[in-house]
Amino acid sequence: MATFFGEVLSVYSRAVEEDEEDLDENEEDREIRRELEEKREVCLQWNTEVSECLSSGNKLQCSEFILAVGHNATRFVSKYVVSSDNWDTVGHASLWNERNQVIAGQSREESACVFYRQKDNPSVLVCQVNCYIAEDQLFQWTEKVFACIQPRGLSVTVLSDSSVADYQTSDYLSSSSAPFLRSLHTSAFIGQPVCPSLEQPNIVTGLSAAGKTTLTLSNSYFHSNRFSGSERFVKNHL
Amino acid sequence: MFVPSPQCSPSFRAFTLVMPAVAVGNVGQLAVDLIVSTLNMRRVGFLHTDCLIPMAGNNPYSSDKEDADELHTNAEVYTAEDLKLAVLQIRAPVIQAKSKKFCQLLVSWIKSCGFSRTVVLSSSHAYHRDDQQLRSSPLRYLVTPSMLKLSKDALEELGWSEMERVSAFPGLTEANAEPRLYIPGGGITKGLYTDSCAEDIPLAVLLLFCSEGDNVPDAFALVDHLNSWLHLLDSPGLEATKWKSPPSWSLLFGSGIPPALF
Repeated sequence: MATFFGEVLSVYSRAVEEDEEDLDENEEDREIRRELEEKREVCLQWNTEVSECLSSGNKLQCSEFILAVGHNATRFVSKYVVSSDNWDTVGHASLWNERNQVIAGQSREESACVFYRQKDNPSVLVCQVNCYIAEDQLFQWTEKVFACIQPRGLSVTVLSDSSVADYQTSDYLSSSSAPFLRSLHTSAFIGQPVCPSLEQPNIVTGLSAAGKTTLTLSNSYFHSNRFSGSERFVKNHL
Repeated sequence: MFVPSPQCSPSFRAFTLVMPAVAVGNVGQLAVDLIVSTLNMRRVGFLHTDCLIPMAGNNPYSSDKEDADELHTNAEVYTAEDLKLAVLQIRAPVIQAKSKKFCQLLVSWIKSCGFSRTVVLSSSHAYHRDDQQLRSSPLRYLVTPSMLKLSKDALEELGWSEMERVSAFPGLTEANAEPRLYIPGGGITKGLYTDSCAEDIPLAVLLLFCSEGDNVPDAFALVDHLNSWLHLLDSPGLEATKWKSPPSWSLLFGSGIPPALF
């Protein structure tokens, strides 16, 4: 494509990557691909009690699962939810990608994806995800985690955040209007949402979206609070 | 792969499937939005696959507050029973390393459902056109051999241009070089087409040469072309219908402008 200044720039599409012609893969290519896939696998590690439960064919009994995704949501949960001694660390997830270099031997406390269970009420599970999960790992993460949790009577709340600059609205939003909450819920959700529903044409992506998809298909109850804004955030109904 | 909606057990036997390829300008997907929105199609299920980037949002076709808060995902199937029409909408890019797998999954699903024919709406980079293509209509079509048997007469009557095969190395004259199918910017279009030929599936591709930008007019052009073949809007009661843009098309180019800018 030529610009007005006579430069020739390559044209790119926002929808598709540059086409790669279908090259025949040889065994070496396939081996490299397999090794890359293995390296990018999501690994779940549970404590002894949970591991034994899962290996005997049972699933984690859980009535409330709270998933905090991103810095603001995880800091909120750290400060206001799991800060007391009433929580046990029961597992963590580790994964490797270009932006998330897992150090070999990293302890679960240092892991950026940790599962907590309430001591008083073991059917309440919280997960803090503070690492980048690549697009090709989102589905895997969600499937593996929800495969460990029994779906009957399960209620899932996902907390995530996004920049107010990504919020589409016909009226211009000044910085004083942030932070604010929006929510999405599955058809199985009953009760009153604590904030307005996310208006079209806004969408969610990332781990929140992957969770929503899995739960929609399993017809599970799901409610997401999504808050957009700056460093300040609102203490929600938790 | 296909998960039916609650209280739905759809049968697609003898239905026509229309689906988009995620391609330059998202034209196929915009065209499918117009079809679902205008024909008020009902969602009957989802495609649950690790091949697409996850996304979710509220009902993009909502006409009133009652159905506005219905969660929708990255790949869904809609039907219009009276037209024996099924539509697959794909709302997210295909994960590049999984495009081959996605083609195979789609072909396998199409075969298992027993669709009478499949139409893929797609697009290709306009800047790749040669001189001949620049002078002609930007619409092209492709049909698998089994689709040609079904629709030869209709396609002849429409007078559409088949997508040209091009030489692998333009400008280099080599007697042995076999012209090949090349759909730059077409995403999985070529893969779907070649896999469908191999599996003897009646499949047609309708594609438009376009560039990234405001692709809404391209979507209207593509869906008008599709309608001239499938006559989707020719049913009783729909003759005077115009294509209806869904509410999700609002603010395509961003939010309101800050007044302080002026």
